[in-house]
Amino acid sequence: MIVGNRKSLEEILEMISPHKKVLLLGCNECVTVCAAGGEREVGVLASELKLWSAKEGKELEIREQTLERQCDHEYIEQIRPFVGDYEVILSMACGAGVQYVAEKYRTKPVLPAINTSFLGVTLEQGVWSERCQGCGTCILDKTGGICPIARCAKSLLNGPCGGSSKGKCEVDKDTDCGWQMIVDRLKELGQLDRYEEIIPIKDWTTSRDGGPRKRIREDLKL
Amino acid sequence: MKTRSNIERILESGGFVVTSECGPPRGADPEVIRKKGALLKGAVDAVNVTDNQTSVVRMSSLASCVILKEMGFDPILQMVCRDRNRIAIQSDILGGAALGINNMLCLSGDHQKFGDHPKAKNVFDMDSIQMISTVKTMRDDGKFVGGEEVKGKPMLFIGAAENPFADPFEVRAARLGKKAKAGVEFIQTQCIYNMERFERWMGMVRDRGLHERVAILAGVTPFKSVGMAKYMKNQVPGMDIPDEMIERMKGIPKEKQAEEGIKICVETIQKLKEIPGVRGIHIMAIEWEEKVPEIAKAAGLLPRP
Repeated sequence: MIVGNRKSLEEILEMISPHKKVLLLGCNECVTVCAAGGEREVGVLASELKLWSAKEGKELEIREQTLERQCDHEYIEQIRPFVGDYEVILSMACGAGVQYVAEKYRTKPVLPAINTSFLGVTLEQGVWSERCQGCGTCILDKTGGICPIARCAKSLLNGPCGGSSKGKCEVDKDTDCGWQMIVDRLKELGQLDRYEEIIPIKDWTTSRDGGPRKRIREDLKL
Repeated sequence: MKTRSNIERILESGGFVVTSECGPPRGADPEVIRKKGALLKGAVDAVNVTDNQTSVVRMSSLASCVILKEMGFDPILQMVCRDRNRIAIQSDILGGAALGINNMLCLSGDHQKFGDHPKAKNVFDMDSIQMISTVKTMRDDGKFVGGEEVKGKPMLFIGAAENPFADPFEVRAARLGKKAKAGVEFIQTQCIYNMERFERWMGMVRDRGLHERVAILAGVTPFKSVGMAKYMKNQVPGMDIPDEMIERMKGIPKEKQAEEGIKICVETIQKLKEIPGVRGIHIMAIEWEEKVPEIAKAAGLLPRP
């Protein structure tokens, strides 16, 4: 899933301060699962904003709305009947959702209430961890199912570097060394001989470096 | 001989190599490099010039190499993958060769978190093993990474680092094997304090026959004080300093600790010289360059050929 993290109330207030009528828009997908921008978080943020406006004596009208997704046209259309009643949309979706809403309502400012962090997994209740950087050319078959791009702080394809110590990364004692994990897993799979292969220099054209990416499936187009 | 490198020449003649390093200043004054260089004169065969080490901004390695070259040294251009993509790396390889640099050391580079610009974006377009292969292909096949022809091959003697004290230990010799396969010709190791572990690593290196394909220069760094020893043990990534070494430094009065640090360093070099496969010593006297000739002399490494 896409993991996000809500911005602080201060940052959000700074963005919405010139406005009196705010449409607060949650998303029912990834950001709901990672408890950053779902219906529940929309409720919490709305309460915080209302408390602030009451305390400061400021006029602030908030409509709470959570869409099934903010990355699909049909759901974003659901707010069209009333979007004109608000000065600004405060979106709690990931960066993709914020931008897609902005594309649909071109004269309405759309503000981000969360910071989009990474593609990751739920480790335990309240803990999420990065797994993928969406580089566009997966090599997990070569590296024991553990991604050196996402899980090595230097994205080394032929690690580990000299800073790997007792299973931890030099960057942070709480971060596991990606290459220690790769070596351990290759051993568990009986594939440690794979470590001897040099992974050649990567073609980054499928990653962000190639420019904004688009995928087209002609067979699915209407 | 493939290159005009002084270390390649000595290694080919079966000699024992001595290298040291010079960290460029955090400013534009070339005198700092000249002063450091003067301290190393006559004591070493080549001088490493670090590339923004510990991710702190310094005078560029290539510029500092040229200053040392003008003084008659054979500099080793250190290059990290952290700050340059393949376009910049290959460009600097050509520029270094054009300016008469004969040696290059291919490194991943410390993470920028440790330096003075922790908010920087890192590059890591390639890793150190791919960098070795890049220089080798440019030099021997006359080809860029992109496949085009190099007009005027960069004749660099190719080095890299290896840390026998990092984990996982079991792949440390295998990783050197990958560097050898990529085309590395000499290796400088991380500072050696844990001799038992170094000897075990060398055993694994010899089992793979790597000592015959790659010249291994064993790294040493003298302690200035027990404080420095403790700092290196606890704060510097990838260091392995046994407790007994800290205890030995602790047992010496403060004013004699520097002398003891030098003594430990000389004893270490004498042990390293006896290990089969060790082809030289790399003395990293951090901001203590004036001690390098003294260490080299005491360890029986002078005069240099």
